[in-house]
Amino acid sequence: MAKFKKKQGGEMPAISTASLPDIVFMLLFFFMVATVMRQNTLKIENNLPFADQVEKLDKKDLVMYIYAGKPSANYRNYGTETRIQLNDDFADVNDIAAFIAAERASKREELIPFLTTALKVDKDANMGLIGDIKQELRKVNALKINYTTKKGAVIGNN
Amino acid sequence: MAKRAAPEVNAGSMADIAFLLLIFFLVTTTIETDSGLNRKLPPIEDNVEPPIIKQKNIFTVLLNGKDQLLVEDELMELKDLRKAATEFLDNGGDGTCDYCNGKKNSESSDNPDKAIISLKNERETTYKTYIAVQNELVAAYNDLRNIRAQALYGKSFLEMEANLNDVNWPGDKTKLKDQLEKIKIEYPQKLSEVQN
Repeated sequence: MAKFKKKQGGEMPAISTASLPDIVFMLLFFFMVATVMRQNTLKIENNLPFADQVEKLDKKDLVMYIYAGKPSANYRNYGTETRIQLNDDFADVNDIAAFIAAERASKREELIPFLTTALKVDKDANMGLIGDIKQELRKVNALKINYTTKKGAVIGNN
Repeated sequence: MAKRAAPEVNAGSMADIAFLLLIFFLVTTTIETDSGLNRKLPPIEDNVEPPIIKQKNIFTVLLNGKDQLLVEDELMELKDLRKAATEFLDNGGDGTCDYCNGKKNSESSDNPDKAIISLKNERETTYKTYIAVQNELVAAYNDLRNIRAQALYGKSFLEMEANLNDVNWPGDKTKLKDQLEKIKIEYPQKLSEVQN
């Protein structure tokens, strides 16, 4: 019995924290590898809708992004109507043709037929604006489009 | 001169530095969504006579400004759309389609090749509803193609497409491509959007 009594008085040994940096580094490397820096700073709300029949967009360099949504909280002076964003700034429907031309000019000529336009549109936008964008894209013959969505069930999420 | 051993650098703060970097990357990480519904817009053509299509070969889907769905002039819930579209496409009314499993109703579409889904939306329709409808219609096509691929090759259509894009897939890709083409011809995606 004396043996047990002696143990009760002893303190717990401190856990070694020597491997903590290793663990943290491991996490750090994971996030460093997984991080994709945003190409554009968004000035709009961009809450994408859900869909489950999605196809992957590969070859990131062959994608042109058009954003649309309501101006976010910092840009309320631009109103609350849905706006288009191209690159880093708000744009008008008429600017799309110039934007597509500029994007095409920056790519190698043989890659131009493979360019896809990704529409990243907020789920509360209305279709009027999307129709205008699509019409504008048809005019400049940029016919491959992709409605970028989140992956998930439609019913219940939207 | 006697050589002195260099004093050891205290590595105790390494964890702090690593934490700092970790938190920076945690905050800046946005897992980019890079998937979506691929569509092709029709090119602009001047003064083209619209082809004459029988009314029974058109499946009209109308989305109004209040996000209500009108399918073939009847109100419908979104969850029923996929089934209705599948039934329409797989009907095979004129009997020329020997792989269709539909009801062969003479009032509905003749052949998957002739069946056209026409989608019309208003300017006030919200984008999420539009995407949901597009998704269901694509799903109807994919379901039919999956069934057909399963019957012909014992694999689903989506699985075959994934194999085609997989660099490490060991099988014969040209053959796989031909098989996919065959299914795509049997169930072509004819989804037209009405311009407003």
